[in-house]
Amino acid sequence: MDKPFAITLDLGSSLANRTGAWRVERPVYRDFLPPCNKACPAGENIQQWLYDAEDGHYERAWRTLMADNPLPAVMGRVCYHPCQTACNRGQLDEAVGINAVERFLGDEAIRQGWTVPVTAPPSGKHVLVVGSGPTGLAAAYHLRLLGHDVTLRDAAPRPGGMMRYGIPAYRLPRDVLDAEIQRIVDMGVTLELDTRVTTVQPDLERFDAVLLAVGAQIGRRAYVPAGEAARILDAVQVLRDVEDADAPQLGRRVVVYGGGNTAVDAARTARRLGAEEAIIVYRRTRERMPAHDSEVVEALEEGVQMKWLSTIAHADEGRLTIEKMELDETGFPRPTGVLEDLEADSVVLALGQEADLSLVEGVSGLVVEDGVVAVDERLMTGHPGLFAGGDMVPSERTVTVGVGHGKRAARNIDAYLHGVASEAAPPAPDAEFGALNTWYYADAPHQVRPRLEGPRRAGTFDEVVQGLTAETALFEARRCMSCGNCFGCDNCFGVCPDNAIIKHPDGTYEIDYDYCKGCGLCVEECPCGAIEMVPETP
Amino acid sequence: MTTTPVRFYQVGSFAVGNRLLAPELASVQSDPDRANALTSGHRACQGCGEALGARYVLDAAMAAAGGRMVTVNATGCLEVFSTPYPESSWRVPWLHSVFGNAPAVATGVAAALRALGRDDIRTVAQGGDGGTVDIGFACLSGMFERNDDVLYICYDNQAYMNTGVQRSGATPPAARTATTQAVGPHPGNVFGQGKDVPRIAMAHEIPYVATATVADLRDLEAKVAKAMAMHGARYLHVFVPCPLGWGAASSHTVRIARLATESGIFPVFEAEHGEVTSVRKIRRQVPVEEYLRLQGRYAHLFRPTRNEEVLTRLQAAADRNIARYGLLGDDAVPEPASGEPVLVGAAPHLEHPARPSDHHAPSTSAGPGLDLHGNPAPDPRSDPAPRAHEEA
Repeated sequence: MDKPFAITLDLGSSLANRTGAWRVERPVYRDFLPPCNKACPAGENIQQWLYDAEDGHYERAWRTLMADNPLPAVMGRVCYHPCQTACNRGQLDEAVGINAVERFLGDEAIRQGWTVPVTAPPSGKHVLVVGSGPTGLAAAYHLRLLGHDVTLRDAAPRPGGMMRYGIPAYRLPRDVLDAEIQRIVDMGVTLELDTRVTTVQPDLERFDAVLLAVGAQIGRRAYVPAGEAARILDAVQVLRDVEDADAPQLGRRVVVYGGGNTAVDAARTARRLGAEEAIIVYRRTRERMPAHDSEVVEALEEGVQMKWLSTIAHADEGRLTIEKMELDETGFPRPTGVLEDLEADSVVLALGQEADLSLVEGVSGLVVEDGVVAVDERLMTGHPGLFAGGDMVPSERTVTVGVGHGKRAARNIDAYLHGVASEAAPPAPDAEFGALNTWYYADAPHQVRPRLEGPRRAGTFDEVVQGLTAETALFEARRCMSCGNCFGCDNCFGVCPDNAIIKHPDGTYEIDYDYCKGCGLCVEECPCGAIEMVPETP
Repeated sequence: MTTTPVRFYQVGSFAVGNRLLAPELASVQSDPDRANALTSGHRACQGCGEALGARYVLDAAMAAAGGRMVTVNATGCLEVFSTPYPESSWRVPWLHSVFGNAPAVATGVAAALRALGRDDIRTVAQGGDGGTVDIGFACLSGMFERNDDVLYICYDNQAYMNTGVQRSGATPPAARTATTQAVGPHPGNVFGQGKDVPRIAMAHEIPYVATATVADLRDLEAKVAKAMAMHGARYLHVFVPCPLGWGAASSHTVRIARLATESGIFPVFEAEHGEVTSVRKIRRQVPVEEYLRLQGRYAHLFRPTRNEEVLTRLQAAADRNIARYGLLGDDAVPEPASGEPVLVGAAPHLEHPARPSDHHAPSTSAGPGLDLHGNPAPDPRSDPAPRAHEEA
């Protein structure tokens, strides 16, 4: 016995005592579905690319973004960002400016010339995409990444669809649009312009699969009682002519009839074409305008006037008769019989658009309902191998939805070409605001993108909303709370009284269940709610 | 108290770590190679605030002392749950003293090291509130009075938890303990008794006195580092919630400590030579009720009826702290305007006054916290296996 007096046992570490045996519940790391990702019609993993951007890895962030959306610079300008409406930070101070960061990343990619390589082996399959709008471009991009040959066909002389012929340049500069389209074309897409597909039937034999994404290009006509000399134009045509033909002569006073985004675009365009007054006439109230509020605000800043609760009763040369409306109990507008005169050199109708579906006439199995093509959850029409997406199928008609359709169509076409069912993993459970511990987020106000002053905008198609600088974009990205997904704050590692969290060199964590007593402190103190307690099963 | 401006990195310095911070700005606890002075396998209850606080303090002290440090530990929970013979959870040189004389033993250690000429080795003493405020108080006062070169840490869980939650001189008014039952016309601990040892320590005009909680790691680490850089008698009073003794959920330990500071019931400050030199401002003020509701030891203030008189007196106590230490108000640091603004690390100013709670589920003001209190008073003596080995 060489132990000191009265010592009979060797010194041991308490590590021999596996206190994990006390546990009745165990903490488990999870990846929940953040509200931004859930709300994104293009299915972007926004939380992940903001995470990548937070430490200044813009290229990595851009590549994460590009996995879902090949048009970030476009989307960072024209998307109505449902992600920001859903953003949990909105319940704390203000939503994260996701859209602005997306634009910054998109612009940075154009500036740096980042490209996406096609690494998949050629599949030997050939897909025709009809329509080079957001749906067609996104589909072509994803199909190329999957190794398929793609022919992208469009009736217009230049690609982009409504992004070029519907969205004015002050919202989407054409050099940005051209750059993002060129990047997709450079991936090996065969682009056929000025080629209208009058009937898709022959192509169904020539290609392994066909995606129709021709959009909704025809302005909806409404009967407006009008004298012969009245000058009545269609908003879709006006916006198109600005882009590809001589600027239309609208006159000094222009009235736009309608309340959607196209109506606002037409009125703001009229101001830029030299109209001294542009007046939007709409049957309901501002609250009920389908146009996005930011667009209405910008239009008002530019001096566009609004006549709500009004309808055009009669149009004549140089003058209109307006009838005042009122809303009934159900919110439907009804005439009041009160008339007033309004001078107008031209009337532009912006009452919605319809799809020209003549190209699918006679296709077996294909069903047209309510003026749009019926598709299943794979975006396939009733005719096998013929898919359709974008504005010509039942959907909310935005660029973002179109990009989302492009991705979905491409994945389902790929599955169809391989003769398998497309596997869609069930979405993770929602990351709830209540699971966050918002104490830990530093107070930080939202960074606002500078805008050109209203009076300086009329008469120029310069871009209205300016971009964030790298500095402000970084700040904005760091406002992300990373809802439901670990962002490496070390709180779990720190607050465990039992040292039962292991921090790995790559910044990930692991729970050492030998010593975790299941107290739940890590769950409670996780800022982003990415840990969950689950009962131990005996 | 850290007043170094920290650039805006998502969580500033509220969280333990921050992957966006430069390594030199990282906290000790975020380092995968931290000392882990109190290692796994110890037998503290689930969610023990004292175990957490002890690791926070000693790891920071080890970092400051370059690993050359001796600790002296009074009897109490911290000693009992960490060293059942022949096991030890300590990974620092560690001496156990009896309940009442940790300051005296530490004085001896410091004297011995001085006699050996080892001025590179530092001495840290630690004890619970019972061993500090009551039983060891004479030794502590003597240590202060002699200005011995010891950093003394009091882990304050506001009662004798190890022996079965008996009242100590640090037990707050109205709190139920095994010896101050929630019965009679004035249930719980009496008002007007007990000791405020940080202020008594200040009255000795020793070089450094500070308070801290386990809810603000950066603040705690900065205070330990500062204390370790000084010599003479130093006193650090750390607020460590006790889930078992306070009748709280084990997951609420940090949350309760946070509410204690945000309500003002536990003022966090530091003082040098008897003068308060800085305070941790309240960031999001809450009524003291938010703090009380999470704890079974105050359940009698809400059930069967609200005891408005006592609640008012406790709120008044918090308000007195707020006034005495100036816990409200700006820290004179500008709001971030754009770009890479600065935020104060450990002491952000009051940005959201009087929020109903800190908005973190389960809510403090609604059901879940209170539901706990429907259970009878926790009786440690009938507690199941994990504590069976402990002395009672």
